[in-house]
Amino acid sequence: MTLRVTSPQFKENARRALADRQLQKALGNVEQNFIEKRRQVAAKLPEFDLLRDAARDLKDHTLAHLDLYLEAYERRVTAAGGQVHWAVTAEEACGVVLDICQRLGARLVTKGKSMISEEIGLNDFLLSHDIAAVETDLGEYIIQLRHEPPSHIIAPAVHLNKEQIEADFRRVHTGFPAERNLEEPTSLLAEARSVLREKFLAADVGITGANFLVAETGTSIIVTNEGNGDLTQTLPKAHIVLASVDKMVPTLEDVSLFLRLLARSATGQEMSVYTTFSTGPRRAGDPDGPGEYHVVILDNGRSAMLGGEFREMLRCIRCGACMNHCPVYHAVGGHAYGWVYPGPMGAVLTPSLVGIDKAGHLPNASMFCGRCEEVCPVRIPLPKLMRHWREREFERHLSPAAMRWGLGLWAAFARRPRLYRFATRIAMKMLSLLSLGFGRFRWLPFARGWTKYRNFPAPEGVTFQAAWKRREKKA
Amino acid sequence: MAAATGSRPRVGLFVTCLVDLIRPRIGFAAAKLLEDAGCLVEVPSQTCCGQPAFNSGDRASARAIAEQVIAAFEPYDYVVAPSGSCAGMIRVHYPELFAGDPDWTPRVEAFCRRVHELMSFLVDVIEVERVDVIFDGTVTYHDSCAGLRELGVKTQPRKLLTSVGNLSLAEMKDPDVCCGFGGTFCVKYADISNAIVEKKVVNVVATGAPTLLAGDLGCLMNMAGKLQRMGKTVAVRHVAEVLAGMAQEPAIGEPAKAKRP
Ligand code: SF4
Repeated sequence: MTLRVTSPQFKENARRALADRQLQKALGNVEQNFIEKRRQVAAKLPEFDLLRDAARDLKDHTLAHLDLYLEAYERRVTAAGGQVHWAVTAEEACGVVLDICQRLGARLVTKGKSMISEEIGLNDFLLSHDIAAVETDLGEYIIQLRHEPPSHIIAPAVHLNKEQIEADFRRVHTGFPAERNLEEPTSLLAEARSVLREKFLAADVGITGANFLVAETGTSIIVTNEGNGDLTQTLPKAHIVLASVDKMVPTLEDVSLFLRLLARSATGQEMSVYTTFSTGPRRAGDPDGPGEYHVVILDNGRSAMLGGEFREMLRCIRCGACMNHCPVYHAVGGHAYGWVYPGPMGAVLTPSLVGIDKAGHLPNASMFCGRCEEVCPVRIPLPKLMRHWREREFERHLSPAAMRWGLGLWAAFARRPRLYRFATRIAMKMLSLLSLGFGRFRWLPFARGWTKYRNFPAPEGVTFQAAWKRREKKA
Repeated sequence: MAAATGSRPRVGLFVTCLVDLIRPRIGFAAAKLLEDAGCLVEVPSQTCCGQPAFNSGDRASARAIAEQVIAAFEPYDYVVAPSGSCAGMIRVHYPELFAGDPDWTPRVEAFCRRVHELMSFLVDVIEVERVDVIFDGTVTYHDSCAGLRELGVKTQPRKLLTSVGNLSLAEMKDPDVCCGFGGTFCVKYADISNAIVEKKVVNVVATGAPTLLAGDLGCLMNMAGKLQRMGKTVAVRHVAEVLAGMAQEPAIGEPAKAKRP
C-alpha cells in the first residue's frame, strides 16, 4: 500500500535530476532561502546551542522511557474523550483510518500536512475505497494535483517553480476566468484557498499529522504557516491525528524547548505562524471542534530501532535543516532518494523502514561533509549513522563486489608497510612516466569516474617516503 | 624561532597516503614549517590512516591499520598530518574503532590527544604567530570539511596566510561548503560529485584569485582537476606550500618546468 520505493534506482534518479533544468533552478532556491535565514535567526539566540544539547538529552530521556510515556499519553487522551489506536504496520494504520471513515459514512476527507500519511500511502488507499482525500497545505495540495510525492519534508513542492504551479492551476481550476493574473505567489495562494474553502466545509473527517504528542496532557500539537490545519481539524465530524511513536514529549514545558528550535532550524522563523494544540473532541460548551478525536500511533519499524545503533535517529523532529544544508540534496533534490524521506535524515531512516537491500545507495551517497550534523537541532550524528549502514552492508556482503575486491586488495597492501613502499614506489614512477610530462591525465582506465569529469594530476614520480630517506642519508 | 635543542618537541610526520604518492613536496613543506617552528621532524614507516576502509564499512581492516599507525607513531611527542581528513580520522574516529575494548582504550585516547592537523598544530599548539615568506599575489582558501567540522580548522590557516608578505586573501562564496570529493564518493557517484565540484570552482573563479589553497590534497586534486578540465588557469596548491615559501614549484596538475634544451 505504501509509496513505491525507487531508492534502488538512486543513480538513475540522480542523473535525471541533474539534467532537469527546471528542477535545478528550483533547487537553487533551497540553497538561497533556508540557509541564510537559519543562520541569522540562530545567531540572534545566544543559547541556541545549549538548547540543542537540552533537546538532545530530553529526547534521549523520552526514548529511554518511551513505553511509560506512551501509556501515560493514552490515559490522558482517553480521559479527554478521545481514542488512541496502535498500529504496528502501515496497513494497520490505513485500516484504522478507513474504519473510522466508513463508520461515519465519509466520502470527503481534508488533510493537514503529515509525513506519516505519505509513509503509509493513505491517500491512494482511501481513494481505492471511494473516499477522496484532499490536501489542504498549499505545497501538499500542489503535489497532489501533480500526482507526485513530496520532495522535502517541510516544503513538499520545493522542487517546482512558480510558473509550473501556475500552469497546473490553469489546467485543473477550470472554473476561473482564463485571463486572471496568477503572477504573484499570493494570487496562487488565494486561488488555492478559494478552492479549498468548499472542501473544508464539505469534509466529513479531518486528518492531521502531529509535531509533538504530550504525555502529560494527552495533547497533539501541529505547527503550520497557513492555518489550514486548524480548519482541517475543527470543522469535520471527526479529527484523526496520525503520528509515529517518536513524537512523544513528556510535558508542555518541554514542548516549548522544541518549539524554540523547530521553526528556527526549519525555516529560519522564530516561531511558525500557527501552533495548534488539540486535546480530545469538542466538550459541552465549546463553540466548535470535532465530535470525535482519534490518534493513530504508528510504529512501522521504529521500536526495532530503539534497541539498536540507529536509536539516535528517533530524536528527529523533522525540521528539514539537514537536507537544506546538504550539497547532495542541493544537487539532486528529494525525489531522487526514491521514497518519503530525502536528504541525510532519509539516508538513515529509509533503510531502517524499507530495508537496506532497497535503500543501500542512500547512506553511501554522502561525502560525510558533516554539514547536516552541524545544524541538526537535536544533534543526530547523521554521518556516523550512515557509516553504520555501510558497516551493515559490508558485513552482509551487500556492498558491490568490485568495491569489496578493490578495498580488500588495498587493505592488504596498507597492512604491509614494506611491501606497500616497494609497490607504490614502482607504481608512482610508472604513472609519472606515463603522464609524458604533461603533469596530468585526461583519462585513466582505473579511475574513469574521476577522469570523466576532471583531470587527474600526475604524481611527482618519487614517493615522499623514498625522497625523505634520501634526504636523511645526505644529511 | 628555534627553541632550545633539548626541549625541541619530537614530531612524527604522518604525511598521508596521497601526499606520499602524488605530491611529496607538500610533505617537505610541512616538514619545513615544523622545523622552522622548532620541532624535530621524523618520518616513521607508514601507509594510510585507514579511512577508506572505515568509511566503506570495513571496520576490521580499519582497526588493523589503526593499530599499526598507533604502534608506529606512539613514540613521538606529537603526530602531525598536513590533512584535516586524516588527522580527523585518527583523532576523532580511532577512539570509535576501539570503543569498548578496555585493553586499548586508554592507550588510544592518550595517543589521539597528541594528533593534530598541521595548521592547527602550528597555531594552537606551538603558537606560531607568523611566517617569514613572501608571496606575490591573491589567493582564495577552501575549508575542507573534516578539518573544519571535526577539528575546528578555520582561523589558523588564515592567520598564517595574512602574515605572508605581499599576499592578499580573497574569500570565495561558501568557502565552507564541500567540494564534492568525499573519498570514494567521487568515483562511486561521479555525476553528483561533478555537480558539486562544478559549483565550488565557479565560486573559486568568481573571486578572481589566480591561486586556490586548501589543507587537504584530496580536495585539492578534485578542484584542480575540475578547474583544468574547464580550461581555467587557477593554480591550486596546498596551503603549506605557500607558507613554506615553496610556491615557485609547479602547481597541482601542472607540468614540471620545461627542461632546458
Ligand atoms: S535529522 Fe535533525 S536536521 Fe534532519 S530533519 Fe531530523 S531533526 Fe532536522
